[in-house]
Amino acid sequence: MAHGKRPHYYVALGVLLLLWGSTWGLFFAPAETYMGDVQRIMYVHVATAWNAMLALTFAFVCAVMALWSANTRWDSRLEASIETGVVLSALLCMQGAIWAKPTWGVWWDWDPRLTTTAVLVFAFGGILALRQFVDDPVKRATWSAVAAVIASADVPIVYFSVRWWNSLHQLQSSPETVSRAFHWPLRINALGILFLMIGLISLRTRVAALRREAEQAPPLPVAVPHGASLAQGARS
Amino acid sequence: MKALWAALRKDLLLQWRTRAQAAAVYAFGASALLLFSFAVGPQAALLREQAAGFLWLGLMLSSTLTLAESFQAEAEQRALEGLLLLPASPRALYYAKALANTAALFLLGAGLLPMMVILYDAATPRVPPLLGIVLLGSAGLSAPGTLYAAMTSQARARQTLLPLLLFPLVVPVLLASVKATSLIIHGDPMGQLGSWTLLLTCFNVIHWSLCGLLFERVVED
Amino acid sequence: MTLQVDMPAIDASGVARRFGRRWAVAGVSLRVAPGTRLMVTGRNGSGKSTLLRVLATASRLDQGTARIAGFDLATERAAVRRNVALLGHHSYLYEALTARENLEIARRFLGAPADRVDALLAEVGLLARADEPVLVFSAGMRKRLALARALLQDARVLLLDEPYGELDPAGFALLDRVLDEQRRRGVTVLLATHLLDHGRALCDEAIALEEGRLVWSGPAALLPEPGAA
Repeated sequence: MAHGKRPHYYVALGVLLLLWGSTWGLFFAPAETYMGDVQRIMYVHVATAWNAMLALTFAFVCAVMALWSANTRWDSRLEASIETGVVLSALLCMQGAIWAKPTWGVWWDWDPRLTTTAVLVFAFGGILALRQFVDDPVKRATWSAVAAVIASADVPIVYFSVRWWNSLHQLQSSPETVSRAFHWPLRINALGILFLMIGLISLRTRVAALRREAEQAPPLPVAVPHGASLAQGARS
Repeated sequence: MKALWAALRKDLLLQWRTRAQAAAVYAFGASALLLFSFAVGPQAALLREQAAGFLWLGLMLSSTLTLAESFQAEAEQRALEGLLLLPASPRALYYAKALANTAALFLLGAGLLPMMVILYDAATPRVPPLLGIVLLGSAGLSAPGTLYAAMTSQARARQTLLPLLLFPLVVPVLLASVKATSLIIHGDPMGQLGSWTLLLTCFNVIHWSLCGLLFERVVED
Repeated sequence: MTLQVDMPAIDASGVARRFGRRWAVAGVSLRVAPGTRLMVTGRNGSGKSTLLRVLATASRLDQGTARIAGFDLATERAAVRRNVALLGHHSYLYEALTARENLEIARRFLGAPADRVDALLAEVGLLARADEPVLVFSAGMRKRLALARALLQDARVLLLDEPYGELDPAGFALLDRVLDEQRRRGVTVLLATHLLDHGRALCDEAIALEEGRLVWSGPAALLPEPGAA
């Protein structure tokens, strides 16, 4: 099993990029015309959104591979990417609330994308809970993969149903518009979170794989086949 | 096909034999509707306006009992394993169980409609469309619900796991069913009922096929 | 496909199954000719039940390969299941349903003729109580019903996991009769049992398991007492 330092470099690079992009966006980029300083949260909000969706998409890929291939590494990746995706999605919801309160006066504005994200936090968070209650590693892998596939398939339906449900009541704009001139801090942050995420998922995969190895008996040596050979005795 | 029919007979027979439990689930659902009205207070207009929401919340909460119970008989003496070993097709076993659960939830939902009428003063002459929505919603709860009930019947902490896993997934069913029911009760000036029905149908198509495919992986060791 | 005379009914190599950190079956290899009665002995927890369950495809194969009635355990599971019947620790019965209903369910899945149900109920001595729910049955009656269900499958290989445990003397004799009948039909039988004397008289060959490993094999009459090997 590889224990290289590469993931640590990714994490370090990611943190540096985040610091750079956030400092730029928070302190040096011009304020937005209508919303003012509150809009600065976009520099981290949009970046988090892209990466949260990326993590959960990767989780879906890992789920399909875990069901299809016998390689148990996919299950470890699945655990890591779901965990990372849930954390990022939860952060996304918090950022959305932080933006909504000064803007609309309420903590939650039922924006379709954020509401879908909230549902995803519960859906994929539930899968993490499921993993805690299944002792057999093979079953745990299969069941979480099945649940992840179903949850992923559900995402578009959830999004459309919430969007529709919301559109009949509110016409609020979503906090997604970023003025053309301020792309760079956003891109740097997005890249920063991306590297951070890749590093963290790699490290978390290692932990998951090691745990799985520790909880199972090691494989038996393949015996030279000289077992019992039993022919029908002279009995009748 | 023969296997599906055999499995369906088995599931309907089991439901009939354990109908006392179904009565208890109905009592639970009805008391949930009652509790909702106490929580809101005696405001007739508000209750009437939100009647659809209360109905479907009550049905969703009760569905966890129905779904969990549908695999109790299978898990007791490992009867499901016994069938798989005959061999019986896992897909047939899934569809039969999901259909039986749909029927059970439909009866439950239809039975809760009078409660809704009485408690929330939410009557409507358009009963057939209402029953149609109850059927689509029941099917939508049943498809993923049957799969997850099979899963959680084999895991620890099964009572908490099933709603935890199921509820986020069936948010579209809740939204669409509540909206559609509301439109039927209160009127549909902009003709949106068709769209919500379409959403429910899409949900059902996707989940009935996907869960049928994946069921085998859930029940085989 | 009919079972060829020279093909073993069971051909297992390195069969293993683990539960967490323990190998319940730790690499068992054996070859059983068709029609043989094989006794499987061992202390509690030695892996007898797990071995039978793995061979019946009720439990997965973690390592090793096996062919039952000529079909591969890992890749031809449905074919293996058509040829194997397991009478294990779980009765596979629906407690809320009657004895007859339970057999009817299995019969429909198997496509067996309608008269088989009553015939089997009569054979195991449950015809008079056929329309009572299994819930009220004693342990011995449930075992008889589970036996009837297993026989309904008409399998080439019959795996019995300590079936004599709950049976009264009449049930004991019944099972012995059933095994004679299965012998006449050329069915291969694996019998996991603690009743060593009975097994020595009944079976052709025997194996002993300890901690999931095969520690002894040979003619059943020569099976040593535990602790003597």
